Amino acid sequence: MINKTWPTFLICVLLLVTSASADVALTGAGATFPYPMYSKWFYAYQKLHPDIQINYQSIGSGGGIKQVTEGTVDFGASDGPMNDTQLQEFQSKRGTPVLHFPTVLGADVPTYNIPGISGELKFTPEALAGIFLGKITKWNDPELVKANPDQKLPAHDLVVVHRSDGSGTTYVWVDYLAKISPEWKQRVGVGTSVNWPVGLGGKGNEGVSGQIKQTAYSIGYVELVYAVQNHLTYGQVKNASGNFVKAELASVTAAAAGAAKSMPDDFRVSITNSPGKSAYPISSFTWLLVPQKIADPAKKKVITDFLHWMLTDGQDLTEALAYARLPKEVQAKELKAISRIQ
Amino acid sequence: MNAADTPLLQSTPPQPCRIRTFVRSLRPADEAAYLITLTAAGSIFAITSLVLFELFANSSFSRHKFGWSFLFTQTWDPVAGQFGALPFIYGTVVTSVLALAIAVPMGIGAAIFLAELAPPRVSNALTFLIELLAAVPSVIYGLLGIFILVPILQNYVVPPLQSVLGFTPLFQGPFYGVSYLSAGVVLSVMIVPFIVSVSREILISVPKEQREASLALGATRWQTTWRVVMPYAHKGIYGSIFLALARALGETMAVTMVIGNTPQVKASLLQPGYTIAAVIANEFTEATGDLYLSALIELGLVLFAVTFILNGMARLLILTTSKYSVRS
Repeated sequence: MINKTWPTFLICVLLLVTSASADVALTGAGATFPYPMYSKWFYAYQKLHPDIQINYQSIGSGGGIKQVTEGTVDFGASDGPMNDTQLQEFQSKRGTPVLHFPTVLGADVPTYNIPGISGELKFTPEALAGIFLGKITKWNDPELVKANPDQKLPAHDLVVVHRSDGSGTTYVWVDYLAKISPEWKQRVGVGTSVNWPVGLGGKGNEGVSGQIKQTAYSIGYVELVYAVQNHLTYGQVKNASGNFVKAELASVTAAAAGAAKSMPDDFRVSITNSPGKSAYPISSFTWLLVPQKIADPAKKKVITDFLHWMLTDGQDLTEALAYARLPKEVQAKELKAISRIQ
Repeated sequence: MNAADTPLLQSTPPQPCRIRTFVRSLRPADEAAYLITLTAAGSIFAITSLVLFELFANSSFSRHKFGWSFLFTQTWDPVAGQFGALPFIYGTVVTSVLALAIAVPMGIGAAIFLAELAPPRVSNALTFLIELLAAVPSVIYGLLGIFILVPILQNYVVPPLQSVLGFTPLFQGPFYGVSYLSAGVVLSVMIVPFIVSVSREILISVPKEQREASLALGATRWQTTWRVVMPYAHKGIYGSIFLALARALGETMAVTMVIGNTPQVKASLLQPGYTIAAVIANEFTEATGDLYLSALIELGLVLFAVTFILNGMARLLILTTSKYSVRS
């Protein structure tokens, strides 16, 4: 019995070992916002290259930065760029710098529930800052009425809803508020979680939209992809050139194009309040974080090949999932940057 | 060992030999059982101490920076690096106490009915249903809370509550649905199965003779239940309440969906608040920076302490009140 099973067992082990060495398995972790896009990309890429396996865990941007810094994953992903202290920590722990690669674009939209009003409201930056600072407390505030002359806004107290969990969505929203309101910058600041002056907290996009649905006269913000997929009503926002723009894939890409001229070489840039006539102002990149030096040549090849594919063919898959694609200028610049990986 | 023993055994008479081998075979089994159970009990102690030690060690940055003021300040500002735990401690205590206030009478009442009064078939069917409740994932309770309970509270419960009790500070201010009250109600539904199912088992295990003796002395059925069966079973029932309390203190997902996640201390149960478990779950994944992480870990330590203190207080309360119940 034992004599018979041992050889088969050994053969099985050998088979496993050989098949494992033929495959290259990459692991990544980080942002939750681009997770549907990434899993689609990794799935599609795996179909093209059956010997490559890419696992991605959407544990949140903070976790992604932490894990790639510790070296427990091959690449990280984040909705906000790493700050200077984080870059230094990465350099000292891994002995190599980290590269940021923008992958797709996202946007935050203001969504609301006012009984009797079904149309799209228009929000000026001053109105949004005032509402979230707790200074505008009624829907018929002059700042809101001025921008929406054709709507009958009720004289009702408004209820602010924000995210309670730390998230890239919050980061983009408060980054925008800090750019357009000096008071916000000084009193609240920018982060994945902040000390909100007013409002209720909902967990996740679904928590915020559920809260808004339940509460009459409420306003909050959600991720554009979430709003589109769940058919939420959301408002237009006045951009830096003075036009009211609705968040759509084209207007979000336009925001990135507007910022492309001033794009730094490390791609760490905030594109909120971007110039450009048709740019939607509350837009943001989301990034893959890749170490500049990858010791394993097989992994290095897979990462560079994947990045190349993601920036070219992969971009065509974005719109089906309601993500905005990268503008041409950024795409060209990133393709050049891939060669920096050693 | 056997080889060494055989010559000795052969020399002794057969009758005591059999007894001796039997005893010999027992004693090592006793010792083995002792060691195994000791390891089991010891590992619980070890796990608890390890958790406590890790929480203590990893929160040192925040403990040194804020000291005791961490427990008494209300600001929670990750951007400015200002952290105070008071709103979370308050929210945790208020929601848990509220949940117990609803769940204990309901749970014990149901347990008495199922164990003492209901026909066995009904009792078994209902108990099965109640145990099903315990298996529902907490996120489901949270969703039911926000989409079903909150509108019910908003439309049917809070307006009459406010018109009758609106003068007390407990029921003042506008009601947005999410609040301490909603969290307390959701929690009470979640912990009731623990109380019912454990208490029922304990009531059933009370010896029949106790009941028969009481009935024979002329007591009514209810008198028997309340004066004889309940005092006999009280320790186990308290145990079920402690279990329920621990569950309520540590619940995360369901609470965060209905409490409003606003770090503030408000007397009114209709206002939104926050709990320790909820803020840890909400912010830990995206927390960057050593102080922020350290403060969140210190919150874990605080939750440990809150659980310890509340449990101790509950035990103390029960110790003092149970003396009366025995006397009466």
